[in-house]
Amino acid sequence: MSAQLVQFLLTGLTVGAIYALVALGFAIIYNASHVINFAQGEFVMIGGMAAASFVEAGLPLPLAALLAVAGAMLVGLALEKLAVEPARGAPVVTLIIITIGASILLRGLASLVWDKKIHALPAFSGETPLNLGGATLLPQSLWVLGATVLTVALLWWFFNRTLTGKAILAVSHNRLAAQLMGISVRRVLLVSFGLSAALGALAGVLIAPISFTSWDIGVMLGLKGFAAAILGGMGSGPGAIVGGLALGLIESLGAGYVSSAYKDVFAFVIILAALIFLPDGLAGRRRATERV
Amino acid sequence: MLSRTLLAAASLAFACAASAQEPIRVGAFLSVTGPAAFLGDPEQKTLELYVEKLNAAGGVLGRKLQLIAYDSAGDAEKARAFTKRLIEQDNVDFIVGGSTTGETMAVVPLIEQAGMPFISLAGAVVIVEPVKKWVFKTPHSDRQACERIFVDMKARGTTKIALISGPGGFDKSMRAQCMGVAKNYGIEILADEAYGAGDTDMTAQLSKIKNTAGVQAVLNCGFGQGPAIVTKNYKQLGISQPFYQSHGVASKGYIQLAGDAAEGVRLPAAALLVAETLPDSDPQKKVVLGYKREYEARFKSDVSTFGGHAYDGLMIAVEALKKAGSTDKAKVRDAIESVRGLMGTAGAFNFSPTDHVGLDVSGLRMLEIRKGDWTLAK
Repeated sequence: MSAQLVQFLLTGLTVGAIYALVALGFAIIYNASHVINFAQGEFVMIGGMAAASFVEAGLPLPLAALLAVAGAMLVGLALEKLAVEPARGAPVVTLIIITIGASILLRGLASLVWDKKIHALPAFSGETPLNLGGATLLPQSLWVLGATVLTVALLWWFFNRTLTGKAILAVSHNRLAAQLMGISVRRVLLVSFGLSAALGALAGVLIAPISFTSWDIGVMLGLKGFAAAILGGMGSGPGAIVGGLALGLIESLGAGYVSSAYKDVFAFVIILAALIFLPDGLAGRRRATERV
Repeated sequence: MLSRTLLAAASLAFACAASAQEPIRVGAFLSVTGPAAFLGDPEQKTLELYVEKLNAAGGVLGRKLQLIAYDSAGDAEKARAFTKRLIEQDNVDFIVGGSTTGETMAVVPLIEQAGMPFISLAGAVVIVEPVKKWVFKTPHSDRQACERIFVDMKARGTTKIALISGPGGFDKSMRAQCMGVAKNYGIEILADEAYGAGDTDMTAQLSKIKNTAGVQAVLNCGFGQGPAIVTKNYKQLGISQPFYQSHGVASKGYIQLAGDAAEGVRLPAAALLVAETLPDSDPQKKVVLGYKREYEARFKSDVSTFGGHAYDGLMIAVEALKKAGSTDKAKVRDAIESVRGLMGTAGAFNFSPTDHVGLDVSGLRMLEIRKGDWTLAK
C-alpha cells in the first residue's frame, strides 16, 4: 500500500510542478496589471508544440527547447503590445475578455501553423524508470521538479535583487506611486507578459515528453493553473507554487483513492470551494475574486 | 414550328445527357483532425485515392464519382452538422464515414429520417445491434475484438485479467462487451479502471491494477491518445504482465507515440498490417497486399487498418451500386444487404438483413508489436 502512496505522491508532485509554473505565470501578470491572463495556457501549448516541431525538423533537443521558450516569449510580448496595451485605459474585465479572445486566436493559429495531431518530445535523459521505495519515477519527472526549483530560485533572485524585478513588485503594490517614482508601467507590463510566457513555455517543454502535446492542451492546463493560482492566493508567488503542488497532489490522490474517472473534477471543485470559502486563497492577500 | 420542336428535342437530349453525366456523389464525414486523427486521416486519403482510381477506370455505372468529405474532428456535434449538410445541401447518394462510434451513433437519427444508405467506419457493436435499416459498418465489432483477444488469452492459460478503458463511445462499448463475453472463455475480470478524456497520466489507475493480486494480463479498451499514454505508463511502472490493446490502436501513429513501451503489446487487427508476411494461400492476401502497396506508394506513409475500413466501405458501396443499377437509395440499400463474398481488407463480407457488418472473426489476426513493427503473434 505505501508503495502505491509513494507512486501517487510522485505523480502528484510532477504534475503539480507544472501547474505551479503556469500559476506563477498568472501571478506575475496579475501583479503587474490586475489582469487574469486566460491565454496563459496557450503559452504552455506553444512551448510544447514549437519544441516538438523543431525536434521533428532535426534540431537538437536543447536548442529546440530554447528556441521554443524564446518564441513563446515573443508571442507574449506581442500579445501585450498588440492586445493589452492599446486597451490599457479600459476596465480590468475588458482586458480579461481580451485575453480570452487572444487565447482562442492563438489556438486557431497553432492549428494552422502546426497541425491538430498529437506530438511527443523525446525524454531529456531517457525513459528508464527509477525505483524509489517500490514506486517508479521517470527521469523526466526529476527534470520537471528540478527545473521548477531552479526557476523559482531564479525568480526569487530576479524579484528581490534586480532593479527590473523590484520595479515589477513596486507596480504591483501601488501603481501610482511607482509611476511617480519614474517606473515605466508600460515596460513593466511588457516584461511581465514576456516572463509569464517564458514560464508557460518552459512548463510545456518539460511536460511534453510525459503527456504529449497538441494544439488544444492549453485550455485544460490554463484552467488548472488558474485553479492553482486561486487556491494559493491570486498574485502571490509562493501561493502559486503551493497551490500548484497542492492541486497536483489532490488530483493524483483523488484519482488513486477516490475515482479515476473524475480526475478533472477535483480542479474545478477546488475553484468553487476556494471562491466560496477562501476567496483570498491560502496565502490570503489579494482580492482577485472580485474580478472573477 | 419545326425549329421549335428541334429546339425542344435538342434541349431534352441535352438534359438527358447532362443528367447521365451527373456524378455519383459520395458523402463522407471523417475525424481527420483531433483525437481520432489517426483514424480519419488515412480514411480520407484512402477515399480520395480510390475515387480517383475508379474515375480513371471509367467510373461506376458510366458516371464519375464525386467525393464530398468533411472533417468532423471526432466531435459528435460537428458530425451531425456535416451529415445534415451532406443530406440536405450536397444531395449525396450515400455516405461512407463516421470514424468514431460516438459520431456514428449521433448521426443515426438523421440517416434513418432521410433514408440515406450509410456505411460506418466505427467499431462498436451497438452500431449494428439492433440492426438499423440504413446503417452498415465495415470494421470488426468490439465484441469480435474481445472474442479474438479472449481466444488468445485462453490459449495461453490466462484466466484472470484487469481492464482499463477510456471515456469514448467505443471504449465504453468494448468494455461492456468484454465483460459480457468473458465468462464464455473462462476469464475473470479482477479490476476495472477508467481514465478521462485528455488525461495525461494514468499511473494512478495502473498502480491500482499492479497492486491487485492475481492479475495475469491487462486489456486496454480504447483508441487515440489515451492508450498511447497508458502504454508508456505501463512500461514506466514496470508491469510485467502481457498487455493487450484493442483494434482501435491499429496504426503506426500509436507506435510512434508510445515508443519503446509498445514493444510486446498484443492486439487483434486485420491482416492488412502484416500483408507481406501472409502465406500466398491466404484468401485475403491479394486484396490487402494490393491496397497496402497502392496506399504506401501514393502517400509515402504506412498503411493502417482504418484506411482499410474506408476502402472496404467504398468498395461495398460501389458493388451495391452496380447490383442496383442505379443510385436510388432504397435499391442501393437493398443491394448492400445482398452483398456476399466480397473480399475486403478486413475479411470476406457477407451481409444479410440481420447482419449489417458481415464479417466473422477469422479476418482478425492476433498481432504483436516487435521492434516498432507489426508481427503475427506466435
